[in-house]
Amino acid sequence: MKATLEIKRGTPAAPQHVETFVVPFEPGQSILDGLRAVRHDTDPTLAFRFACINANACKECMMLIDGKVDYACTVKLKEGVTTLAPLPKKALVRDLVTEIAPPDERLHGRG
Amino acid sequence: MHLETDVLVIGAGGAGMYAALEAARAGASVILADRSLIGRGGATVMAQMTVAAALGEQTPDSWEFHLADTLAAGRGLCNETLSAMLCQDGPARIREMDAWKVGWAREGDHITQIHAPGHDRPRCVYVDVLSTGPAVSRTLRTQLNLASGIRRIGDLAIVDIVVRDGQACGAVAVHLSSGETVTLAAKSVIIATGGLTRLYRRNSASFNMGGDGYALALRAGAELIDMEFVQFFPIGHLAPRLVGMDPIMWDPFRYKLGGKLLNGDLQEFEEAYASDGRNDGNYVLTRDRATYAISKEVEAGRGSPAGGAYLSFQHVPDAELRRAFGPVIDRLAANGIDLTKQLVEVAPIAHYHMGGVRVDAAMQSTIPGLYACGEAIGGANGANRLSGNAITEAFVFGARAGQSAAKNALSAASHWSHEAASPTVDLLRSADKRDTPNLAVAVTDLQALMADKVGPFRTDEKLREAIVEIDRMTADLGAAPPSSGMTFDPLLIDWLDLRNMLQVAKSVAVPALARTESRGAHQRDDHPGLEEAWTLNQIITLNGGDVALERGASISKKASA
Ligand SMILES: Cc1cc2nc3c(=O)[nH]c(=O)nc-3n(C[C@H](O)[C@H](O)[C@H](O)COP(=O)(O)OP(=O)(O)OC[C@H]3O[C@@H](n4cnc5c(N)ncnc54)[C@H](O)[C@@H]3O)c2cc1C
Repeated sequence: MKATLEIKRGTPAAPQHVETFVVPFEPGQSILDGLRAVRHDTDPTLAFRFACINANACKECMMLIDGKVDYACTVKLKEGVTTLAPLPKKALVRDLVTEIAPPDERLHGRG
Repeated sequence: MHLETDVLVIGAGGAGMYAALEAARAGASVILADRSLIGRGGATVMAQMTVAAALGEQTPDSWEFHLADTLAAGRGLCNETLSAMLCQDGPARIREMDAWKVGWAREGDHITQIHAPGHDRPRCVYVDVLSTGPAVSRTLRTQLNLASGIRRIGDLAIVDIVVRDGQACGAVAVHLSSGETVTLAAKSVIIATGGLTRLYRRNSASFNMGGDGYALALRAGAELIDMEFVQFFPIGHLAPRLVGMDPIMWDPFRYKLGGKLLNGDLQEFEEAYASDGRNDGNYVLTRDRATYAISKEVEAGRGSPAGGAYLSFQHVPDAELRRAFGPVIDRLAANGIDLTKQLVEVAPIAHYHMGGVRVDAAMQSTIPGLYACGEAIGGANGANRLSGNAITEAFVFGARAGQSAAKNALSAASHWSHEAASPTVDLLRSADKRDTPNLAVAVTDLQALMADKVGPFRTDEKLREAIVEIDRMTADLGAAPPSSGMTFDPLLIDWLDLRNMLQVAKSVAVPALARTESRGAHQRDDHPGLEEAWTLNQIITLNGGDVALERGASISKKASA
């Protein structure tokens, strides 16, 4: 099976644009698995946050998936198009990475 | 950017958070840095099972009984001072966490303690349901919020420790989200970076568990001990894809309900490997034999489709499954898994590292001012670890390291010099924009190499091949990163990770090659028995940039029992 990921990329300095990647997958695999496959097979410069991969414990892989805020590790890959974008209400860092740490755990911009 | 503090703690897992709290309590200013979010990046938040301490709430117990079990599991290699500290201080830390409202499961008026494999009695506490790690992390984060004098900084990856005149004086870091280089002056530095299981293809690791702390310690001139002992868990979850569960979850299932291991032909195979009569009463095979049996079935072409073994609970009635593990059954259902109708696939996975930074009873490494704690240290668990000891160790050694580091910092002057930091600052500036092969692929290649040649079953030939290949990959990586200075730069992160992972991989392979015996988690196909003469620890240092091996003194058994 193949999933098409339409990913909003860019930084605050450059206009965001959408890039499309096609990843093969097996049923049950997550969006996060798909993003890791993109880095591994096609484009290692793609930026997204994650730590625990399988546990849904770190809560770092939150993003906008088909327009809804969700975890990339719990949403499954599907055939056809899935759109991915950074969290809309957080400051953009790069691609799917946003500033999600509480203000008092940041290097800059502490409350 | 430049920051100054009394104590720098690297890594905000159970050990690092405890260290920060204790150092602040002792009056030191603290910076707690993590390459990920605070309290979320490592193993602590992922642990779903149990924590061992001789509380004596369920049945009478004493720390000496816990110590006896810990030493037995360690197969003669434990640093008994550290093991005793783990067992003796454990109960106080568990009670302190209780007072901080972690929510240990209770039965009537006492904390529930369950009987986990390897312990002589019910000793392990937990938080329902499968919430031990998340609850521990949340509790420590709350305490950090309440404490004063602790500055927490996420997205800060420590790249090197700065040493001047043989003394640790700070660190150089990359702030991942801004791409900035940050220098940190500190009178004491604590490594609390957790383990190295990301080195292996199949693992229970997070992205941040490539063993950074071991590489940081080596490059700072410190010693590592027992690096050949990587713990593999025999029946880690393999397939179907399962998210939101600890991959070692099948252990309690199997223990309670007796799951059956089947090979790719749906045949039971454990009996065939039980010929040496080893039997722990609950499983047909002990953990190391189960790892062996599954690996050999796969090698013989009788693996399950994903390359492991099947685990079957189909003989267990639905009602019994629900009674034993109700909420877990629901979580499995959310992943589309119904144990009454289907088999799951399991395989040995890298789960924990016994080895690590060599420390004294104050948690100080062989470099003054440089401390370590948690999974990052070696010694307390010897050649194998008892279940539940790792979280206890994170608390106990974290607290000790925090106290010692604060004491040192409050009596010492700063040794910081920008000059001593400049090699790493220059390295980060030296980015040489070039077409490198995809480094994410190189990480996968290294994981495959480690699994195939430095996995649970080792031979002279495989280990030699691994070392040659690690050296080749190290040369390929080059001396400068391919990119830097960008905000959240995945290419730089891969390069820095590989720089550490390759050094740490070699630190595992070299002592594994030297140890011509089988003991605990180190199993040699070409040297199957335990050799009395090998009752000693091996020590790794860095010499002229390359890993060097030293043999420690033979450990003589204590005269008393
Ligand atoms: C899935 C799983 C289940 C487990 N279950 C149990 C269990 O039930 N009971 C038990 O006793 N043990 C269990 N263990 C083991 C136990 O969880 C760990 O040994 C323990 O939590 C380690 O704590 P720590 O603080 O030393 O390291 P960690 O919790 O791993 O924290 C290390 C931190 O250091 C950070 N870090 C790493 N490198 C850098 C760097 N260069 N710069 C800045 N920060 C860095 C990481 O991001 C991470 O946040 C389990 C482990 C896993 C993986």
